[in-house]
Amino acid sequence: MFYSPVTTNAAEATASDQLHLFKYVEDPDQHKIETYEAHGGYAAWKKVLNGMPPVAVIEEVKQSGLRGRGGAGFPAGLKWGFIPKDSPKPRYLCCNADESEPGTCKDRVIMERDPHAVIEGMAIAAYAIGCHLMFIYIRGEFCHCAERIDAAMKEAYAKGYLGKNINNSSYDLDMIVHTGGGAYICGEETGLLNSLEGERGMSRIRPPFPAVEGLYSCPTIVNNVETLASVPHIINRGADWYRSLGTEKSTGTKIFSLTGHVKRPGNYEVELGFPLRKLIYDPVYGGGILGDKKLKGVIPGGASTPFLTPEMIDVGLDYESLTDIGSMLGSGAVIVFHEDTCIVWVILKLIHFFRHESCGKCTPCREGTAWLEQIIRRIEHGQGKSGDIETIENICSNILGRTICPLGDAAVMPIQSAIKHWREEWQYHIDQKKCLVKSVFEFQ
Amino acid sequence: MILTEESIKQIQEKTSQYPRCKSAILPALTIAYRQMGYLNSEVYKEISRVIKVPYVEIAEAATFYTLFPKQPVGKYLIQVCHNISCALLGADSLIEYLEQKLSIKRGETTPDNLFTLVTVECLGSCATAPMMQINQDYYENLTREKVDQIIEELRSKA
Repeated sequence: MFYSPVTTNAAEATASDQLHLFKYVEDPDQHKIETYEAHGGYAAWKKVLNGMPPVAVIEEVKQSGLRGRGGAGFPAGLKWGFIPKDSPKPRYLCCNADESEPGTCKDRVIMERDPHAVIEGMAIAAYAIGCHLMFIYIRGEFCHCAERIDAAMKEAYAKGYLGKNINNSSYDLDMIVHTGGGAYICGEETGLLNSLEGERGMSRIRPPFPAVEGLYSCPTIVNNVETLASVPHIINRGADWYRSLGTEKSTGTKIFSLTGHVKRPGNYEVELGFPLRKLIYDPVYGGGILGDKKLKGVIPGGASTPFLTPEMIDVGLDYESLTDIGSMLGSGAVIVFHEDTCIVWVILKLIHFFRHESCGKCTPCREGTAWLEQIIRRIEHGQGKSGDIETIENICSNILGRTICPLGDAAVMPIQSAIKHWREEWQYHIDQKKCLVKSVFEFQ
Repeated sequence: MILTEESIKQIQEKTSQYPRCKSAILPALTIAYRQMGYLNSEVYKEISRVIKVPYVEIAEAATFYTLFPKQPVGKYLIQVCHNISCALLGADSLIEYLEQKLSIKRGETTPDNLFTLVTVECLGSCATAPMMQINQDYYENLTREKVDQIIEELRSKA
C-alpha cells in the first residue's frame, strides 16, 4: 500500500475545535470503520435516517452556506434543491473524485486517509435527493484511493450503512466505485457523466443541467469529494456552527494545496478567508519561499485561475476576496513561484496541459489552445516575433466565453493575466530571443 | 482469447452492477489493461462480446483515454509528471536524469523491455513533487538517491 507522504496541518486540526476535515487524517487507522465510528463517524448518517426528512437535510446544508469545493464554488444545498420533486425517473448522485486540476492534491488525501467521511457524505447527499444508487468517479491513476474507497464501501455494507433497509428506515442505497481513464475533462461534471455512461468524456451543452437531465438522462447531482466530506460535520454540528467559520459568504473551512517554491509544500485545512500571505510565509504552513528568494507570483486556485503578483497577496482566501482582485478561489491549489522563474515558461507548461486535455468538441478550444501552445513555445525557444503578444491576446479573447464548458476559459485566463502583469517580460523575451530569467530547477 | 477467465469474470461482475452495460466500458478497459499492460483492437473485440456493446463504441471510448497505452510497453511504465508544480521543483531535470540512467529518450522502451519512460500531465501529487508513477504506484518527493534506489530495486526484482 502506497500512502501519500504529503505534509498536512493535522496536528493543528486535531487540537482545534473548529477544523474538522483533517482532524484524524494522521491517524493510521482512520480508514477502518471501527476507528471512524469511534471518532464519531456515521453518527450524522444515523441522525438523518432516524428522523430528518430529505427537505430538512437540504435546508440544513443550504443554511450552512457550504459551497462546491471542486472549483466552481456553487452552493451545494441550492444545487440539491434543483432536483425536480415530481420526476418519476431515478435520481443519481456522483461524487467527483477526478482530481486533476494542476496543483490540486487534496481529495486524494481525504480518500486515502478518511474514506468513510466521503462515503458518509455521499450517503447523506443521496438521501437528501432521493437517490438509491450513487457513484464515485475516481481518476484512473488513483488506484490506491479506489482500493481504499472500495474497501471502506465493503465495510459500510457489512455494517449495514449501505444496502437494503438501512438502519430499519426502509431506505435502500447502493454504491458503485468507478475509475476513469486519465482525462482532465472528466472532472467537468457533464464530461464526467458522459464518461460514466461509457462515452468519450466530452462536455454537454447546458441546459438541461444535470440536476434535471444528468446520468442516463435522469436527475443527477455531481459534488466534489471535499464538499461531500464536509456534509456529515454540518449535520452533526448544525448549519449555525458551520456558518460561524470562515467569512459571511464563504463559510466553513477549506483545504488548500500549497505547492511550488515554498519551504513546506502541503495540504492545509484553514477557515475560508485565511490570509494568503500567512499561508505562504507562516512556519506552520508554507514557511516562506525556497532559498529565501523573492516571490514572483502566485496562482491561487489551480492552473485555471488568474495570477497574483506579490503586491496582491494581502488577500483573504475566500471566494469573494479573490474574485474582487480579478482571480478565483478555484480548487484551492495555491502554486507559488519565485524570482528565478520565467513567466513564458510557466505559461508554456499550462497551455501545453490545456491543449492536451481539450476534448476537441468546441473549435475555439480545440484549435485555439493548439495555436497558443505553438506561439508560446516559439517565444520560449527564442523565436518570438513582433505581434505575437497581440495574436495571443486575440486568440484568447476568441476562446473566452465561446466554449460549452469552462476548459476554454480556464486555458486563457491565466495567459491573459500573465500578459497583464508581466507584459514587459513577454516583450523582452520576444525582442531579445531569450528569457529574462531562465527557469532552471534541478531536483535534489 | 486474449483475456483470461479471471479478467472476463471481473468484467462480467462489474458490468452487472451498472444500470446500463455501456457504463462498464471504462472498468472493462481498466481490467484488460491491468492484465495485458496495453490495449488493442483485438481486446476491444473481446470486451465487446463480454459486455455486449458494439465494438465501435469500445474503440471510440478507448482511443479517447490516455491512461491506456495502445501498444506494448516495458514491464515497468514510468510516468513522470512534467506539469507546473512538479516542474517548479525540477521535473524536467528528473526526466533528463532518468533518460541518462536508462539510456533512452522519453517515449522509448529499454532494449530489455524492462522500462518505458513517458511524461504525463498532473497526477494529483503536487505537494510531494517531483513525482512519478510506475505501473500502479506513486513515488513522491523524489531525489536522485531515491530514484537510483527505486530503479535498482525494480531491476533486481525483474
